[in-house]
Amino acid sequence: MNKNKTMPAAAHTENSTDTALLDVKDLKTYFLTDAGIVKAVDGVSFTLHEGETLGLVGESGSGKSVTNLSIMRLIPSPPGKIVGGEIVFEGQDILKLPEKELRKIRGNKVSMIFQDPMTSLNPFLKISTQMVETIMLHNKDVSKKEALERSIEMLKLVGIPSAEKRIFSYPHQFSGGMRQRVMIAMALSCNAKVLIADEPTTALDVTIQAQILELIKDLSVKLKTAVIIITHDLGVVAGMCDKVCVMYAGRIVEKADTDDLYASPSHPYTEGLIMSVPRMDVAHKNDRLFSIEGQPPNVIDLPPCCPFHPRCHKDMEVCRHAYPPTVGVGSGHEVSCWLYVDEAQRNLALEKALADEQHAAADAVQTNARKEAAK
Amino acid sequence: MSDATAMKERQPLLVVKDLKQHFPIDAGLVFKKQVGAIRAVDGISFSVNAGETLGIVGESGCGKSTSIRSIAQLYKPTSGSIVFNGTELTTASEKDLLLARRDIQMIFQDPYASLDPRMTVRSIISEPLVIYNKRGLLDKPMSAIDIETRVEELMERVGLNKAFKNRYPHEFSGGQRQRIGIARALALSPKIILADEPVSALDVSIQAQILNLLTDLQKEMGLTYLFIAHDLAVIEYISTRVAVMYLGKIVELSKAEDLYMKPMHPYTRALLSAAPIPDPKVERTRQRIILSGDVPSPDKERTGCYFYDRCPNKMPWCSCHIPPMFKISEGHECACWLYDSTDHAGQSMEEAEADALASLRAKETAGSDIGAERK
Repeated sequence: MNKNKTMPAAAHTENSTDTALLDVKDLKTYFLTDAGIVKAVDGVSFTLHEGETLGLVGESGSGKSVTNLSIMRLIPSPPGKIVGGEIVFEGQDILKLPEKELRKIRGNKVSMIFQDPMTSLNPFLKISTQMVETIMLHNKDVSKKEALERSIEMLKLVGIPSAEKRIFSYPHQFSGGMRQRVMIAMALSCNAKVLIADEPTTALDVTIQAQILELIKDLSVKLKTAVIIITHDLGVVAGMCDKVCVMYAGRIVEKADTDDLYASPSHPYTEGLIMSVPRMDVAHKNDRLFSIEGQPPNVIDLPPCCPFHPRCHKDMEVCRHAYPPTVGVGSGHEVSCWLYVDEAQRNLALEKALADEQHAAADAVQTNARKEAAK
Repeated sequence: MSDATAMKERQPLLVVKDLKQHFPIDAGLVFKKQVGAIRAVDGISFSVNAGETLGIVGESGCGKSTSIRSIAQLYKPTSGSIVFNGTELTTASEKDLLLARRDIQMIFQDPYASLDPRMTVRSIISEPLVIYNKRGLLDKPMSAIDIETRVEELMERVGLNKAFKNRYPHEFSGGQRQRIGIARALALSPKIILADEPVSALDVSIQAQILNLLTDLQKEMGLTYLFIAHDLAVIEYISTRVAVMYLGKIVELSKAEDLYMKPMHPYTRALLSAAPIPDPKVERTRQRIILSGDVPSPDKERTGCYFYDRCPNKMPWCSCHIPPMFKISEGHECACWLYDSTDHAGQSMEEAEADALASLRAKETAGSDIGAERK
């Protein structure tokens, strides 16, 4: 166990090559609903290198899961639509691939595990059937026997005792933690390059969570799999990830190395998030918890401002009128916040935004007047 | 703790003694026969003093929720006694129970399931008042206007806009719904609130808001909480004392600081070491105890320590002797044979079994029927 303790941060940077394995550029996924356009993901960019672990943190509705479903192109359409951006995996843009080509990547080179292991396994089929199916679908030249052997090998790798017998069980015969292990085995059975774990331990107990996280960490080192972990738990991120992206209302508001992010959170939201979690290793003595007041915004028809400004404890005039640009505040540390833009530029942006708003208002008045006149 | 609550008499408000809650397992289609029992809660004892918060922590299936439901008499306990404010709840008449329940209120985990979607916020919050008013069980009868002002007062106290009283639950977010649940629980000015995972369904930033609200209310009204959570950091933050449960038993009971500084039971140690801490530096250096296996099924009667199967420090003695609560220091108790005055480490399995058999025989001859049950 101690061997795994060698922190991925150090080990991984050596492994990682300069070319990114997965490069997401300005991804936009919108949902067209009756109530309006829901910009679930609005311009998200990040890169993932081989053997790296990336964390995506955010509250419910911040677009973490939609980002990753977009990478797998699993967005139900309609109402969902990927309206812009690029997802480059091994030099190919996933978004432009035809469905047939895509299937060679999905579940094969890019795999996913979900939050609830009960609903993501088929309750009617034995584990063996489900695993053999996955392997044979992606490797046409593998015989059924070989596929079964490989499945057993994978189950052993994820630590399922007496895998030779257990593989012929049904999902309900496993406990929650064991089911999640089966899911991981299945996801990695085709030598996946990228593993996307969508809240892999949220449904599990603390002691089981520790087992599963340790397993994912271990396997990512052993098999050199890059991992994207989606979670709302800042503790999980601290122990697992090399890099972290914090999401709010469909955008990445801060991106940094894990150590850097926790040591010097720059965006007021990240700062608030870290401070609002009670910590059991520090004496608190009746302190009040720092809390971010208010509710996360409704992402339907968001105005062009910083979506966090109503809850922000450092908000300024400009935040209410324009979305902040992304600024670097250290090596690989990026933040989208007006606090880190110099004042001249801030004033310029404010003037421009106000002028735009006036234009828009004037236009609206004109069109209304025209409509009236037409009547 | 505020002065007002410290002033109150030190006499415990709620005393639970050897509470057992077994759920029968039936077999047979026509002639139902009981073939076993799920021992959800298997003999727990504790007391809660006025004005304090007792946190109960444990993994899913350890009987946390069942215990508080038994205490609220939502289930009829199999055996044991529950004395609240001088009233024995298990044998109380319906009228006494109603009176006692005026002082015992609950807050539930899922703010989506615990509010009736067809009732307005006003009718949800006023329901307890209306029922108790109708039966004449309030200290002084309330008119419709009195109830209306009370509802508004409660809504403001928990941070809801009173203009929203005619709205339905679906119009609110998770955090706001939990506030409605809290307002409902406060309506009858209870002495104790049984909170069943009140923050685990909420986002991090909202969780901090609700925790702050609960601590504020406690200071203001001198409330007593019995607070369940599986998040150890939350329990540490809110509790005066903490009980750790495993498989229907309390394994450790102590003041919150003591428990987190000096965990005694092997299970508590593992649990604390497994909980992720939101700080990458701490995460890297700390030693993690990873428990093997899952929580066993609670459907059979155990003759040894309940934690025996997964314990890293198990001794032959533990397999056939149920540990009593050993006193470690003032207010710190732990059910583990490691802390017995005689050292059991040297004993072999044969010796331990022989001793267990001898004490069983002694009990049998003393006229108890435990032997018959064991077969």
